[in-house]
Amino acid sequence: MATVYETVIGLEVHVELATETKMFCGCPTAFGAPPNTQVCPVCLGLPGSLPVPNARAIAYALKAALALECEIDPECRWDRKNYHYPDLPKGYQITQYARPLARSGHLRFSITETNGDTVDREVRIRRLHMEEDTGKSTHEGLPGTSTGVDLNRAGVPLIEIVSEPDIRTPEEARVYLQALRTLLLYTGVSDVKMEEGSLRCDANVSVRPVGEDTLGVLVEIKNMNSFRSVQRALEFEVNRQVDLLQSGGRIVRETRHWDDRREITFSSRSKEEAHDYRYFPEPDLGPCDLTPAFVEQTRQSLPELPTAKCQRYISLGLSGYDASVLAMDPPLASFFDAMLRAGGAPRESAALLTVELLGRLNATGIAIHDPACRVTPSALAELQKLVADGTINGKIAKEVLDEMVQTGATARTVVENRGLRQVSDEGAILEAVRSVLTANPVEVADYRDGKEKLFGFLVGQVMKATRGKANPALVNAVLRRELQGRSE
Amino acid sequence: MLTKEQVRQVAALARVRASDDELTGYVAELGRILDHVARLQEVDTEGMPPTSRALEQRGILREDMPQVPLLRETVLANAPDERHGMFLVPRVVEE
Repeated sequence: MATVYETVIGLEVHVELATETKMFCGCPTAFGAPPNTQVCPVCLGLPGSLPVPNARAIAYALKAALALECEIDPECRWDRKNYHYPDLPKGYQITQYARPLARSGHLRFSITETNGDTVDREVRIRRLHMEEDTGKSTHEGLPGTSTGVDLNRAGVPLIEIVSEPDIRTPEEARVYLQALRTLLLYTGVSDVKMEEGSLRCDANVSVRPVGEDTLGVLVEIKNMNSFRSVQRALEFEVNRQVDLLQSGGRIVRETRHWDDRREITFSSRSKEEAHDYRYFPEPDLGPCDLTPAFVEQTRQSLPELPTAKCQRYISLGLSGYDASVLAMDPPLASFFDAMLRAGGAPRESAALLTVELLGRLNATGIAIHDPACRVTPSALAELQKLVADGTINGKIAKEVLDEMVQTGATARTVVENRGLRQVSDEGAILEAVRSVLTANPVEVADYRDGKEKLFGFLVGQVMKATRGKANPALVNAVLRRELQGRSE
Repeated sequence: MLTKEQVRQVAALARVRASDDELTGYVAELGRILDHVARLQEVDTEGMPPTSRALEQRGILREDMPQVPLLRETVLANAPDERHGMFLVPRVVEE
């Protein structure tokens, strides 16, 4: 029998912090500025320059660490990681090695299975530390044998978040990364855009026979530039490793790069010098000094985070799936919370928002937090209340929403202007029912002969006769009564 | 005992070019430094906090206020070559 293999994945995620200035100097950090226009002696590594840590960068890193439920080291320290590369002008990166800012955290998230059930997962965070980013190298549009170096990014504050090898499938790796992104979006410490490189992910992957405790040979995967490519790259790599083992081969410990176009990982053939970073304490910087009061104040400043939000929504009666869809999307969750504050009923509001409003916005490519979205949370909550109190029925609500999306009018205005109030006057409905029964003698006869499905057809005719405004429950009751009366 | 191979390795990591004779000299010179450090290692430092810098200053921070960066022509003034505002260096082969 063929050996069954288990996948073991750990992720290393780099996140650029959304500060105005760099980690150790006052250079701006704007994305997309012309090359080498945001540099100074500190980030150029010129002799005599000295680093001074950015207070906000440390506060942001701490906030992220607390959101990940980490233990904080208030006296964390800085180290030098030494290596030579043109995008690293000092010849070392200032990072944290022996005493990182934070350790032992957790990220909780849920995965939706193919049958629609959601499964709660928890991945442990080994460490979170602060460091500075490197510059950028480019080869395009340059003479054949040269590399261009732009140091605008050199010194931009980063946090590196290292997970324990708790991830078991490529899909789970993608969902972990998306959950991490959402969490960081809530904290506001980064804009976490993979396409702009403010969120970057490397993976350590190995496989082992099920039941084996020791880890297989680790392969590091780099250059995964989207959530999709994280999953695709890991799927490819896991298959490659299992195939190799099953055909009697051996896995080599190496770094492989993901090629998004060819959809393969390939070995970076650069001579694999043993990484020897010769870390030592950064002599230019003292230890951090995070007071208990500062840590506590930062903890208090955290907003409601996705897991808590999801729990709250479930306690309000939402399904696990709906709760998670809302909680994992900060603008959507904030819209929903505003609907609740405006008095919307939770389940009905969630349905109106995620199915009806989002469906209409998606069709026109408008985001919920876009100014082009003309429906406000209170207007949508009002629409929900108009349905709840019987002013309009659910079908008419969809028509009203169409107009709200187009014109930005409130629900009540649309209902009044277009005379869409639900008809709950039994006399008017009885009149409509009778004329429908008279106009459709064949269907009525067939219904009496047992074709019960025709009841729906007759309801439809009544709704049509009232231009959709009749109270459906009342139509049902009156129609049934009339049909019974006539059959006797 | 420090070996020539170790010195060669350290030189390579630091991108220092050294002839065979020079390496032999460094083995002796670095060896003396290591001998000295080895003597310091004998001191009982049980319970002493590590000293990674002479002045134990902590908590010195900077407000997140942008400063005016250098002019690009100043930045590139000492560059061996430049193109499109970038430092031009010998090709770094990644793949």
